[in-house]
Amino acid sequence: MKNSTNHSIKLDAMNEPDWKIIRDDFPILRLTVDGKPLVYLDNAASSQMPQQVIDRLVRYQTSEHANVNRAVHYLSEVATLEFHRARCKLQQFVNAAEDREIIFTSGTTDAINLVMHGYGRKFIKEGDEIILTTLEHHSNIVPWQMLANEKGAKIRVVPINDKGELEIDEYEKLFNERTKFVGLIHVSNALGTINPIKRMIDYAHQYSVPVLIDGAQAAPHLIIDVQALDCDFYVFSAHKLCGPTGVGMLYGKATLLEAMQPFKGGGDMIMSVTFEKTIYNTIPHKFEAGTPPIAAAIGFGAAIDYLTAIGIERIAAYEAELLDYATELLNDMPGVRIIGTAANKTAVISFAIDGIHPHDIGTILNQDGIAVRTGHHCAQPVMQRFNVPATSRASFAFYNKKSEIDALVAGIKTVQKVFL
Amino acid sequence: MHTNSLYQEVILDHNRKPRNYGKLEHASHHATGHNPLCGDRLDISLQVDERDQINAIAFQGESCAICKASASMMTSAVKGKSRLDAETLINEFRDLATGKLDINSPNHLGRLTVFSGIRDLPTRVKCAVLPWHTLHAALNSLENASTEADHDPVPVVSNNT
Ligand SMILES: Cc1ncc(COP(=O)(O)O)c(C=O)c1O
Repeated sequence: MKNSTNHSIKLDAMNEPDWKIIRDDFPILRLTVDGKPLVYLDNAASSQMPQQVIDRLVRYQTSEHANVNRAVHYLSEVATLEFHRARCKLQQFVNAAEDREIIFTSGTTDAINLVMHGYGRKFIKEGDEIILTTLEHHSNIVPWQMLANEKGAKIRVVPINDKGELEIDEYEKLFNERTKFVGLIHVSNALGTINPIKRMIDYAHQYSVPVLIDGAQAAPHLIIDVQALDCDFYVFSAHKLCGPTGVGMLYGKATLLEAMQPFKGGGDMIMSVTFEKTIYNTIPHKFEAGTPPIAAAIGFGAAIDYLTAIGIERIAAYEAELLDYATELLNDMPGVRIIGTAANKTAVISFAIDGIHPHDIGTILNQDGIAVRTGHHCAQPVMQRFNVPATSRASFAFYNKKSEIDALVAGIKTVQKVFL
Repeated sequence: MHTNSLYQEVILDHNRKPRNYGKLEHASHHATGHNPLCGDRLDISLQVDERDQINAIAFQGESCAICKASASMMTSAVKGKSRLDAETLINEFRDLATGKLDINSPNHLGRLTVFSGIRDLPTRVKCAVLPWHTLHAALNSLENASTEADHDPVPVVSNNT
């Protein structure tokens, strides 16, 4: 099998039978749970992997594996080349100007921590202010809190309205001469809200403030163009894009990455080491200490190939249809309330059922093979804003089908019956 | 097991009409339990007399049906019991929930065995056990209980109200 991602995909934009072909690429979707077909609606937590990516991982492990950037032997050269190719695929995927602007990390969280240590600890000082939003995932809150505590800096928070949209006027009012950094979630994992990041980046740049975009929930559903956005950092994880766990990426503008201090020390990130002095390697290597997740990075590249072969726009259009369908059905259900009703959303529906705790909802839905996420979604400030401890969240991917949404609706009715 | 057998009428009933719900005015012991997984919290207040008997107990908080029913049934079960008997129940209930207890061997759980099915739902064990962790914390003057202490059945912090 040479290029397994290019099974001829012919999709008429929204014709469901065509999407069934796609669904067949995902062996895990054939599972049954307690005798019921698996209905996987927890894609915002982690997506599933198509056979093409699985095959790529197997091919790497069976015929290409060695350590990278080190030896001169055959396998090391192959592995180094394939690892580099994966970087270039990511570069293209986000339209970065140069491949050295792509850093492999262990995931979104790791990438944000890298920026906190590499940029934040070097450039942010006492009295400085960092702007975050209410919608942030904990991974884009806690590192900045740690930094703020260490430096005596201050965190300012952009509020949201009742629909779960950022209040842009308030965001703009937060800026002053002490503002030194903005951390901004592109798409809310808890609510699905798509934020107007271009406009927000432009505003921050009027104050010469760099902006980090947490794209964990955006990259699987939207076209990302870091040059058009002019963001300073953009981060996401492979496992939400049909790729493996354990790898993610940081895009950073080369000038910024060069000015930053390294995050982790070790092999590969050095040019030369004596006990007196170490000279750091150039980017991206400066930020990739130790043996990187080579297999996972190559799988990441294969996942990007797979998604781009289908086409992100087409994925987005189909998922929008699933979202509309599900929103309409859930809105019609008595006792069911959708939390997060932004005008611009990805296919994520957080909901509450009157008088029933999300954990009980999740357990009873699971009985029908339906996988939803229940909890605070690592976004407790969002939960606090809506005055709920937790929600249930159905999040759709392009391999979901309308009949699965019907199953969700039937499952919710069962839940309501149990608690009648 | 099937989830249906977990959401039995007894449990649903205690969820709908929790017994001993609220807060005691003059508590001798108090603790708050947290389930970090879902953000649930549970307050337990107790009046323990000089003979170490639990004269009154109440709970309140935000929680799922499993947790609330467990708390409701627990408070009914330990009210009027000695502290030592309550500790025995706590241990037996924890073993029941984690599948370590053989239901057929002698125990003091009575109707609380409706929770036996929880052992097949590892993600929900914490919900059922939280009230018991919290009671243990209160009796032992520990301020906060957390379901994260699962591996080590004794929760951490302390206090008396
Ligand atoms: C918006 C957002 N940011 C960050 C993360 C953290 O990603 P990871 O756990 O892969 O580091 C997630 C994952 O849940 C997310 O949805």
